[in-house]
Amino acid sequence: MNNISDTNMASNKKYWKSVEELNENSSIVETLKQNEFVEEIPTDDFLGDKDTLEASSTTRRDFLKYVGFTTAAASLAACEGPVIKSIPYVVAPDEIVPGVANYYATSMGDGFDFANVLVKTREGRPIKIERNDMAGNSEVNARVQASVLSLYDKNRLMAPKVAGEEVSWEDFDAGCIATMSQMTGKDVVLLTQTFASPTTAKLIQEFTTQYPNVRQVIYDTVSSSEAADAFQTKYGSRGLADYDFSKADVIVSVGADILGDWQGGGYSAGYIENRVPKNGKMSRHIQFEANMTLSGANADKRVPVKPSLHKQVLMALTGGSMSGLPDNVAEAVRSAKAELDSAGAKGVIVTGLQDVAAQSAVLNYNESKGSMAMDTDKPRLTSMGNTAEVTAVMNGVISGSIKGLITVGVDPVYSFPNAAFADAYKNLEMSLAFAMKEDATASLAKMVAATPHYLESWGDIQTKKGSFGLAQPTIRPLFNTRQFQECLLKWTENEKSYYEYLRENWETNILAGESWNKAVQDGVFEGDVELEMLETTPAANVMETGTSEGALLPNSQEGSMELTLYTKTSIGDGQQANNPWLQEMPDPISRAAWDNYLTVSAADATSLGLENFNVANGALNGSYANVTMGDVTIENIPVIIQPGQAVGSVGLALGYGKSAAIQSEMQTGVNAYALYNNFNSVQNVSVSKAGGIHEFACVQLQNTMMGRDIIRETTLEIFNTRDAEEWNAIPMVSKDHLEIPVTSPDADLWDSFDRSIGHHFNLSIDLNACTGCGACVIACNAENNVPVVGKDEIRKSRSMHWLRIDRYYSSQESFAVDFDKKENISGLGSSLSEFAELEQASENPQVAFQPVMCQHCNHAPCETVCPVAATSHGRQGQNHMAYNRCVGTRYCANNCPYKVRRFNWFLYAENDEFDYHMNNDLGRMVLNPDVVVRSRGVMEKCSMCIQMTQKTILDAKRDGRSIKDGEFKTACSSACNTGAIVFGDVNDHESEIYKKKHDDRMYHLLEAVGTKPNVVYQAQVRNTKEA
Amino acid sequence: MIKVKFRNLPTQLSLLLLALLLTFSTTTYAQEESAEAATEVAPATGEGDAAAGKTLFNANCAACHKLYKKGVGPALFGVGDKYDKEWLYSWIRNSQELIKSGDAKAIAIYEEYNQSVMTAFPALSDEDIDNIIAYTYTPKPEPTVATTGTTNVGGDGEGPTNNIILAALALIFLLLVVMLILVNKTLRRIAEANGVEYEEGEKRLPIWKAFAQNQFLVFVTSVFLLLASAYFAYGWMMQVGIDQGYAPVQPIHYSHKIHAGANQIDCNYCHSSARKSKHSGIPSLNVCMNCHKNIAEYNGEEDLENGYTKEFYTNEIKKLYKAVGWDENNQAYTGEEEPVKWVRIHNLPDFAYFNHSQHVTVAGIECQKCHGPVEEMEIMYQFSPLTMGWCINCHRETNVDLKGNEYYQKIHEELSKKYGVDQLTIAQMGGLECGKCHY
Repeated sequence: MNNISDTNMASNKKYWKSVEELNENSSIVETLKQNEFVEEIPTDDFLGDKDTLEASSTTRRDFLKYVGFTTAAASLAACEGPVIKSIPYVVAPDEIVPGVANYYATSMGDGFDFANVLVKTREGRPIKIERNDMAGNSEVNARVQASVLSLYDKNRLMAPKVAGEEVSWEDFDAGCIATMSQMTGKDVVLLTQTFASPTTAKLIQEFTTQYPNVRQVIYDTVSSSEAADAFQTKYGSRGLADYDFSKADVIVSVGADILGDWQGGGYSAGYIENRVPKNGKMSRHIQFEANMTLSGANADKRVPVKPSLHKQVLMALTGGSMSGLPDNVAEAVRSAKAELDSAGAKGVIVTGLQDVAAQSAVLNYNESKGSMAMDTDKPRLTSMGNTAEVTAVMNGVISGSIKGLITVGVDPVYSFPNAAFADAYKNLEMSLAFAMKEDATASLAKMVAATPHYLESWGDIQTKKGSFGLAQPTIRPLFNTRQFQECLLKWTENEKSYYEYLRENWETNILAGESWNKAVQDGVFEGDVELEMLETTPAANVMETGTSEGALLPNSQEGSMELTLYTKTSIGDGQQANNPWLQEMPDPISRAAWDNYLTVSAADATSLGLENFNVANGALNGSYANVTMGDVTIENIPVIIQPGQAVGSVGLALGYGKSAAIQSEMQTGVNAYALYNNFNSVQNVSVSKAGGIHEFACVQLQNTMMGRDIIRETTLEIFNTRDAEEWNAIPMVSKDHLEIPVTSPDADLWDSFDRSIGHHFNLSIDLNACTGCGACVIACNAENNVPVVGKDEIRKSRSMHWLRIDRYYSSQESFAVDFDKKENISGLGSSLSEFAELEQASENPQVAFQPVMCQHCNHAPCETVCPVAATSHGRQGQNHMAYNRCVGTRYCANNCPYKVRRFNWFLYAENDEFDYHMNNDLGRMVLNPDVVVRSRGVMEKCSMCIQMTQKTILDAKRDGRSIKDGEFKTACSSACNTGAIVFGDVNDHESEIYKKKHDDRMYHLLEAVGTKPNVVYQAQVRNTKEA
Repeated sequence: MIKVKFRNLPTQLSLLLLALLLTFSTTTYAQEESAEAATEVAPATGEGDAAAGKTLFNANCAACHKLYKKGVGPALFGVGDKYDKEWLYSWIRNSQELIKSGDAKAIAIYEEYNQSVMTAFPALSDEDIDNIIAYTYTPKPEPTVATTGTTNVGGDGEGPTNNIILAALALIFLLLVVMLILVNKTLRRIAEANGVEYEEGEKRLPIWKAFAQNQFLVFVTSVFLLLASAYFAYGWMMQVGIDQGYAPVQPIHYSHKIHAGANQIDCNYCHSSARKSKHSGIPSLNVCMNCHKNIAEYNGEEDLENGYTKEFYTNEIKKLYKAVGWDENNQAYTGEEEPVKWVRIHNLPDFAYFNHSQHVTVAGIECQKCHGPVEEMEIMYQFSPLTMGWCINCHRETNVDLKGNEYYQKIHEELSKKYGVDQLTIAQMGGLECGKCHY
């Protein structure tokens, strides 16, 4: 690393106090560890005897003098600066200029998340993941954003292991080939993630040809098997129907979290395209679901329905009978059906039901209507697993019919819903795990092949038929690892490296004459090539093993509940559970971090005696519950009372409760895979209260807006028909007993700065386009070196996130009703009772998300109260924070109406008390060298990515050109998949931000305070008929 | 920042005193400046003008050949003995042709030097080549004897140094004072002996007692002393952490004076990233080898007083070879690399952002403005204080050069209208805002 000072290396030195320490068994060393002195100091003899004390020549005064003198001497000596070394390259690589970032296009495909990304590297270290704008349909979610930190996970496997001992790759290869030949004729299963990689598929085929006793089974930890089965039955090839919601006017979803991880996720950009009112139109979204999901929160109409009724709702929508449905659901279904009918080809139904019949019904319905949103020609190929086959493997291992198991990218010991599997796995004749970490499976496997992170590997993905992505290494492998494909090449005695193999395969089968170098540079490639679908199962197979009973049947047993297992936006299927950014990312709905929990409705909570309450410092506590499914019981699951949860149903997130290869701080939650019976996410369970109180790390303690206009919203009808002044009124303030708008110069105490010259940055957040996904939060963490503080600190409201996404529930059926209720309060009695009522979220509330970061007020309340002028205003609109000037009075945080300032209560870097990525050399490689790591006792906050705006300006100056619109970016604006966050220079009147700032929907947060923020919000418009 | 003018006064005073003390206690010796080892051009084995040959050699051959040592090509000393003239003529004019013709000697040498093709010199006449061959017979100059460490007493012909003059003067002065006292004493004694009355001065209060009794004076003096000490204390405190003049010993004695001064190498040649990055960059060793592949010995000026002899510098070049893994004899890299751990001189704190390219490329500032007369620095040192006050001062005083930069055009027009000036300082452009350098 060039020019990077190695002062931090100094801390790794070990100092020997004496030669004695070299002797491990020395008693003196042992004694010294316990006591400071070998012999006890006779303090009592000395201090207890007055005579000796008086006879002593050192008086108290002398003692104080000496102390004073030594302190002064020590502080003077400390003035000497350290010697800092600078070590340049011996031979510098051409492409690296110290201090200048390089970007590489690559692709991620870990079996759960697939994305085409750009990787920002500095001095050869990947430090940030960004969206690849060339990739049309690829979205970069929070987990993909955070994956760069998983590269620097200190718990990664550093070398291959045989029987727990690290070995060389040569020995490992020899051992593997020997074992493979021993296994000839015996049933060996190659259990893999979905690679969606044409080249890997080809390679696996070659491998299984050479070893015919090996067969590949694809195992998706979170299954979409039934949807793929239905698609395969109908269209012949395996895949998942793709949807482009921008082409739909009416979207009806039955249990499909289309903004979450349903079918691999990545639908939000298309969805949002038609959710922002254009020419008076926007799509309408109706959601039937049990858990409160991102999709339900963003829907225009959300109907809470128990999972057992989902199939009936779906059948009713597609023409079946409505009998048996509760009245309110039947009514909602009826109106949804009417809307779908009138939308015709502009309507679409989707479902997350794990039921082949239901999935087929959806495909048939959409096809019969000619739905423009559904695309079956180019299906998604990212979830190809087949539940029946996986179940057969699980049972085969347990029964002993399968003798060998090779796992790649999956962790069945952790994620199979059968406790007997682990023991059976241990007794397998051959167990070989390809793993990045010594996870539950790898720790039991006889042979473990250490695999590299995707940022260290070559590879390719085909997320969707015809949409290819290439992966290239962005850093030399950190450890002695080798990728799975490379091993297969070795074992099939292929002399080629995987790079050569990949390139050859692409040049012959995919590129069709296009340039390989260009494909690597772009990272994406669109081609019309028909590849042999190698990863498929014959359709006949599917029908035999048919999983048509996947839908849950109503259960009328006493105390029974219907459980919906889901994946959280942060942790997903759990592969990155050791990633502190993701652990600390609050869930968009519950706003709790560092946990998974049972979500129950308020009604069920009351009947079960479960409760949530806030303790003295505001932190959230909750009861525990035991969940039993058949003979499986998970004890002590913390409970969160979730507004909007369908009565009679509970929810629990997968991916938590890991204990292997994960540091103790990150061992959070319970392992819900134990309840993932038949790989079906809905289960009948019974829930009972357990003793004890759980402490949550919940970052938002006020759930409602109490009828205020923190989030302004209106309906499409009002938006279309009335003046903005009516639905987006500027608050009035009183001056000399006259009401004047707060924006009027008369209402201003201050002389305004002249900002007409140069740049003036503004950030716009479109509340219609924000889905609450949190990708921006992680992008901000990565860009700005935001520290991770841990669960205990979060509980004390010491979260350090510069950008938070507030989530509000309505207290009545909608926010509008809340507002009316507040307006109509009169008298003390009424205000006491009704304000208290407004604090409680409704059973099925409206939900709104609002990203909040420093608002960069032009009249900033923080600036005026800083006694040392550490925070000051820049002409470009940014509120500056000079950390080295801050003395930590925290006046600014107290005076900030938006509560966006974050105080460093501790030193979060290189501190064993906060043992996250900033506490080890490996983890610190992710830090952005352009941004300071803050120290203890200083305030910090969003800087509007001033390092990025400054860089843009400098680049333009250096090239001697003016700056075009779209060049200015912040981490959050460039991470936003839906374009909700727009950043730019409002002095450029052609810019998008200028238009946003002068849009009818524009408002400022807490506008009545008169802070004149440089962050603007676009009021939310809902396509509701009810309000 | 208030600048204390004499903040170094105590140090300087003590240094002066020390110097004075040393003047009287040690003897200094002037060192003989060894005469430049003249390269005598020996007459060759016959015809050919060696002097003309030297010029030709330096112009055409020196890039790849050395006289006594292998370079890219073989050492040329006495090349006329190894090959006959005619062969040399044709080899030099077009070596490839000779190789193609199957000449055994030509092929042998071609293979020996890794099939590197020698540039053809068809323009050289026979006479030119003769001259060059004549030059190759120049005998190797005897290495100069290292004179450091040995002490030559006295200076021959150079005269006493200033210090000795000063010492002599001081001695004379001292003698004079002693003589004066002695004369005074003798005169008194004579006066006493002769009974001459001379007026004894009235017994007055000693001046220090008078001073101590005058309370006003004591007060004023103590106030003055307190203020003065506060002034110096402040000055001393303010220089804590400022490493102006910091000149650490580097693992390789790299002389900017030789490279940037004597050889006029552009700063940006080695510190190339200063133009495009925030770091100026310490050049990687492969950059050094661009030149030092051919420059294995130092042949420039020496500074014997400090021990910087030719051997000394040549030795430093050897250190470079060791670090980069260059085998001089075989003219090949061994692959045994050992990165050089330079001691960083300019250490800006982490919380201050500084970008070289902004200053070098955009503003077009000379490196010397901040780094001082680097071309005169034998040992690199920190020239500027690198304090915030120093940065800000420059930003206040310096006008931005906006010509020919489209980025600045609009902003400049509007701002100059606003301030009613032609030229804008960096401060007026917003260059004093905290967030511009601290994030």
